[in-house]
Amino acid sequence: MSVLRCAGLSRSFGALKAVDGVDLTVAPGARHALIGPNGAGKSTMFSLVTGTMRADAGTVALAGRDVTAMSEVRRCRLGMSQTLQHASLFASMTAAETVAVALQRHDGSTISFLPRRQTAVRERAEELLADVGLAGRGAVVAGSLAHGERKQLEVALALACRPTLLLLDEPAAGMSPAERARLVELLGGLPAGVTVLFVEHDLDLVFALADAVTVLHLGRVLLSGSPDEVRASDAVREAYLGTGHREELFGS
Amino acid sequence: MLVSVLNGFSIGFLLFILAVGLSLVFGMMDVLNLAHGALFLVGAYLGAAFSGAGWGGFLAALGLAAVAGLVAGGILSLMTEPLRRRSHLDQALLTLGVAFVVAELLYTVFSDDPLSVLAPPGLDGSVSVLGAVYPTYRLALIGVGSVLAVVVYVVVERTRVGALVRATVADREMVSALGVDNRLVKAAVFAVGSLLATTAGVLGGPIYGARPGLDAYVLILALVVVVIGGLGSVRGALLGALIIGQVDTLGRVLLQGVEGAASFILFASLAVVLVLRPQGLFGGPVGMSR
Amino acid sequence: MTAVRAPTAPGGVPAPVTRVARGRAGIVAVAVLVVLAAAPLFLAPFATTTLTRILVFALFAVSLDLLVGVTGLPSLGHAGYFGAGAYAAGWVSINVTAEAPVPLLAGLAVGAVAAAATGWVTVRSQGVFFLMLTLAIGETLQQVADSWESVTGGANGLTGVPAVRLAGAPLANIGFLYWYVLVFGVVGFAAVALVARSPFGAALRGIRDNEPRMRALGYSTSLYKYAVFVVAGGVAGLAGSLLVAQQRLVSPADLGFTTASFALLAVIIGGAGSLWGACLGAALVIVIRDALDLGGNGTLVLGIVFVLVVYLLPRGVAGLLPRGGRASAPRGGRASAPRGGRASAPPWRKGST
Repeated sequence: MSVLRCAGLSRSFGALKAVDGVDLTVAPGARHALIGPNGAGKSTMFSLVTGTMRADAGTVALAGRDVTAMSEVRRCRLGMSQTLQHASLFASMTAAETVAVALQRHDGSTISFLPRRQTAVRERAEELLADVGLAGRGAVVAGSLAHGERKQLEVALALACRPTLLLLDEPAAGMSPAERARLVELLGGLPAGVTVLFVEHDLDLVFALADAVTVLHLGRVLLSGSPDEVRASDAVREAYLGTGHREELFGS
Repeated sequence: MLVSVLNGFSIGFLLFILAVGLSLVFGMMDVLNLAHGALFLVGAYLGAAFSGAGWGGFLAALGLAAVAGLVAGGILSLMTEPLRRRSHLDQALLTLGVAFVVAELLYTVFSDDPLSVLAPPGLDGSVSVLGAVYPTYRLALIGVGSVLAVVVYVVVERTRVGALVRATVADREMVSALGVDNRLVKAAVFAVGSLLATTAGVLGGPIYGARPGLDAYVLILALVVVVIGGLGSVRGALLGALIIGQVDTLGRVLLQGVEGAASFILFASLAVVLVLRPQGLFGGPVGMSR
Repeated sequence: MTAVRAPTAPGGVPAPVTRVARGRAGIVAVAVLVVLAAAPLFLAPFATTTLTRILVFALFAVSLDLLVGVTGLPSLGHAGYFGAGAYAAGWVSINVTAEAPVPLLAGLAVGAVAAAATGWVTVRSQGVFFLMLTLAIGETLQQVADSWESVTGGANGLTGVPAVRLAGAPLANIGFLYWYVLVFGVVGFAAVALVARSPFGAALRGIRDNEPRMRALGYSTSLYKYAVFVVAGGVAGLAGSLLVAQQRLVSPADLGFTTASFALLAVIIGGAGSLWGACLGAALVIVIRDALDLGGNGTLVLGIVFVLVVYLLPRGVAGLLPRGGRASAPRGGRASAPRGGRASAPPWRKGST
């Protein structure tokens, strides 16, 4: 069974059909990339999948369950978790507290009205921070982390929700090459039980990570296939560069 | 029934005069002016001060109220200027403080006993409307109110000045980029809005009198009108005011026997609108983003 | 009491510094409590009564701070629940029994129920609409109190409330009454402080800082806002029952806009989010309103204070103190942390969104 299956998803803004009848199937354990030139509808598609935006038509199914009518809150509870393109955190919390807030929602316990020593939560938060490369940074206020670190924290936050499907919106945007390398390593090292769907501009990163790629163009699916198929496709080349260009788009 | 409908109209037009300033100031400048009720109170007390002094007194009260409103609006505009980049809460707190100061000064000058205000001579009687006896003043209020409403509507919707005001509501940055001094537009709208509030206070005097707590009461009414009509919309304010005027008076008639129940009508109408149509009945979705 | 100042989210990693700071804060808290408990032994009756009023208003302000400072919900109608609790406690004392803790529980319950009945609308609204709605609720409740004469006594208020009885004996003595208010005031304060430091409180701060992100983390934020609205209403109702125990009457003004505004002023003076700051703010408000001989101009002075606080003290008294606590000094460099990253004011204090 597919982890995520979108059928005929559409969303318009006025006369603009940002997403127009998109079908998308993500297989379990996949590292699935969603790419496309600017204005292809990637961000809208992402919001439709996460549930922050409602589709005009079409369905979204998570592990076989129709979640089209569910809010992002319900979808998150069902195992879909996301990072946001612009690292969006809590101004007054430290990195560790931020992760703890996510953990306490998903560790199966109830949210208590009374303070309690959450040793397990604290340890798990430290672990997650270490996993994403933020070991020892737990006590830093999230707002004063460097840009790359904030994106790492976003990933830790998403992982704290115990996702079966992890959605990453441009995880590498604004990162330095070193941070980018770390990210590739981090995402590569995720357990196979976690399926990843990510929107990304940086094609090098896409081909380093993805085992399946869907190309959007003008709100429609141009091509869906393996990285090699995408790399070899003339249609994709044209979409990115316009006809007449034959330069090497994808570095090897 | 007819009396109730007429009452609804007289209150509705009064509310429009009061609320349109609040709506424009909020819609244009994003300033929630909680001193708006206190401005009404200024007018009400001025009316009380000249009460019984005939037409001369009534007109003097109107004139003084207009001047006071213009000045107060200018001052409020200046005072809120440094808070431009701060939150609604800060503006609300500031104008709340101003409201307290103004109201307290009024009580100090006029004592905190409720004062009643007489309608000017000739309007203090009753006339027969389709068989029902109805106070002349309220009828006159409907007339004056509708004229004022038309004037405000025409100025805002049909003139160049109004176009500027509407453009500022729609896109403040754009208008200032065109070289129009935002602060001047703001001060002008603030001043005129305040003038309308104090005028409404004088006009409303014979109905509401002048008493402590009236400022909060009319402020809430005006806020409800603004929310229902949609922020920054003249048409919305007019329709909202007429609706609230009717709902309020009709509700009071229907729920007469039930103690305390009538007060819930306003809250209920506000709740219904906010739940079903948060941008107001006639506002675009713009105002909601804040 | 200072321990509550930097409410700790679970899982936070306390730096060693903090344990010292927290220990010190604990000592301060105990010292303050001892002084408060001993106060009536030294103070004149009038001063004791003023201090009693301050305690009542402080608990009310603290309950409001749970909304304003912790959750980022600026309410202008919180006095509605305070007054509802006061009326309930007064009515129960007159018509049922004045035996503690019955009036207290009645106040608590009615405050919470009133908040539950109205909160479902308010928590759906955002920003300035929340302000307007809460304002309308407060005004509505005041009008109800004003017109429901058979229960509330109408414009004259509910008079002739008997003194609270403890184990059968009426608490007529000013000192005993003070201790009664102190005990339950501290209980209420502790309850709010615990909620603020709980996992639930951490979620509330998350909502204050970034509500959409909390939703993306699987929190149904409206539910949390509703829950805290009801809790705050209940604590306000408890404070209301202490009010009626102290002044033995309730009037519609106790539910009104002015009372609500002064509570908000107390919270802002103290620095939103700082519970002890709200207590200090409450003390200042009550001293200006009731204790200083201002010839009936207390409200006028408080109006001026409002204006001054907005211009001069945007972060309240708590914002004046050096920022202690673990997280304000990030370890491992990055001294360029934005000033007040941690103790930063809630988002609605920082500029329009």
